[in-house]
Amino acid sequence: MDMLLEDGNFSIYLRGFLQTIELSAISAVLALLLGALLAAFRVSPVPVLRVFGTTWVTVFRNTPLTLLFFAVVFGLPRLDVHLDNFTFAVIALSAYTGSFVCEVLRSGINTVPLGQAEAARSLGMGFGQTLGLVVLPQAARTVLTPMSSIFIALPRNAAVAGAFNVAEMFSVQKVLTEKGYAIIPIFLWVAMAYLVLSFSISGLFRFLEKRLAVVR
Amino acid sequence: MRTRRTIAVALAVIALTATAACGKEGSPNAEGGDSAAKLPTYAVKSDVKIASKALEDAKKNGKLIIGAKSDQPFLGFEDTSTGTRTGFDIEIAKMVAADLGFSPEQIDFKTINSANRETALKDGQIHLYVGTYTINDERKKSVGFAGPYYVAGQDLLVQKTNSDITGKDSVKGKNICSATGSTSVKRIKDLGGTTTEYDAYSLCVDKLLTGEVDGVTTDDAILKGFAAKNPNKLKVVGQPFSKEPYGVGMSKDDKALRDAVNDALKAHEDNGDWKKAYDATLGLSGAAAPEVPQLERY
Repeated sequence: MDMLLEDGNFSIYLRGFLQTIELSAISAVLALLLGALLAAFRVSPVPVLRVFGTTWVTVFRNTPLTLLFFAVVFGLPRLDVHLDNFTFAVIALSAYTGSFVCEVLRSGINTVPLGQAEAARSLGMGFGQTLGLVVLPQAARTVLTPMSSIFIALPRNAAVAGAFNVAEMFSVQKVLTEKGYAIIPIFLWVAMAYLVLSFSISGLFRFLEKRLAVVR
Repeated sequence: MRTRRTIAVALAVIALTATAACGKEGSPNAEGGDSAAKLPTYAVKSDVKIASKALEDAKKNGKLIIGAKSDQPFLGFEDTSTGTRTGFDIEIAKMVAADLGFSPEQIDFKTINSANRETALKDGQIHLYVGTYTINDERKKSVGFAGPYYVAGQDLLVQKTNSDITGKDSVKGKNICSATGSTSVKRIKDLGGTTTEYDAYSLCVDKLLTGEVDGVTTDDAILKGFAAKNPNKLKVVGQPFSKEPYGVGMSKDDKALRDAVNDALKAHEDNGDWKKAYDATLGLSGAAAPEVPQLERY
């Protein structure tokens, strides 16, 4: 178990851990923004926006993440989009996660009683105000539990990036295996890192749920 | 509402098709040409008597089980749609099998990854292993080697128009792609280059074709295979900077089998089959055949 202390392994491990956090954090923020925007599109009165939202969710939620990575990492350069692999990974992850966030938010929007929107409209609010000030805040608070599942899955989904030249936690496992260390301790250390991440995120959401949950 | 839904579905289909269309254009072997015509055939010996446990086992079952690679074009490649295997390593396997008394139909090829080779040989899952298997002292402790039948070395694959990269001293500051965690990657880092790492060399080659990386590095034999697949776009630099003697792997203490395989390699090197097999496979890359290596009998 003390293999992390030899041969510069700890710096590899730490770099992988930080990279996973960085990748997940950036993708989480982007996915949240994207998901909120897509959800707004899907309930908006403009048909074109609704079609766009539906298409996005249909394509990105139904494509296996690995395939999506392939399309981004190997497809975009053919369209003359040249970015580093970390950015490619962020694009793939947030596009994928954003589609799930959108659907969770939309389910939340459906739980908000229709009277709320009608009341807002009768006060003279437009669609944007109704959604942003009245409906979405209530919807977001209702869906904290399913939302936490999406964001706990995110760092683990980020492991796919390890196969696409991003030096995150999963690629640490490959480097250490190639160095010839025993598989079980490597597994335990890497699993530990993911456990720390998952527990932190679920803890954060439990805290938010206690503070924000809607009592009906 | 119904029309809207139809439009949404249609758009989704179009978007998915567009994503799918980003893959490789045309058949992957389109540029390789039909090499099968030039491959040599080997006379199968009858009445072979070798005091080897593995061989007796193979004879009893009528099948010689040989481990090989399946993802190295012109070296050890399996066309999964037809189930046929081609390449230089496969030819070596057929030559050896012929001299041991097994026709190509009696060979049962099994794909075994690098990491599992020693285990597969020790457990007797396979009788022989032919697949860019570098002979070294560490491995000799657990398995036996006949050969070497080819001496590869770490080299660089670049775009045909590239004149910047001429060898290991010109990789400084360049972005070179190779397999995750391999010794090739370590060498490039020591030489001052940056690395891009994927699980498979084919992904590196794709990145080289789109210009994301400056070169791909690993043993020259593997690189020649990819160059043979894209002879108009890629070339091997041809300045190898390590020595990787490839051998035929087998169970450790089977001296009779080791001698027999060495004799088989010698016979086919002498009668010109070796050169013919090279020309019809790796030779398509444009790189001339290297000298036949001296067998290391031990």
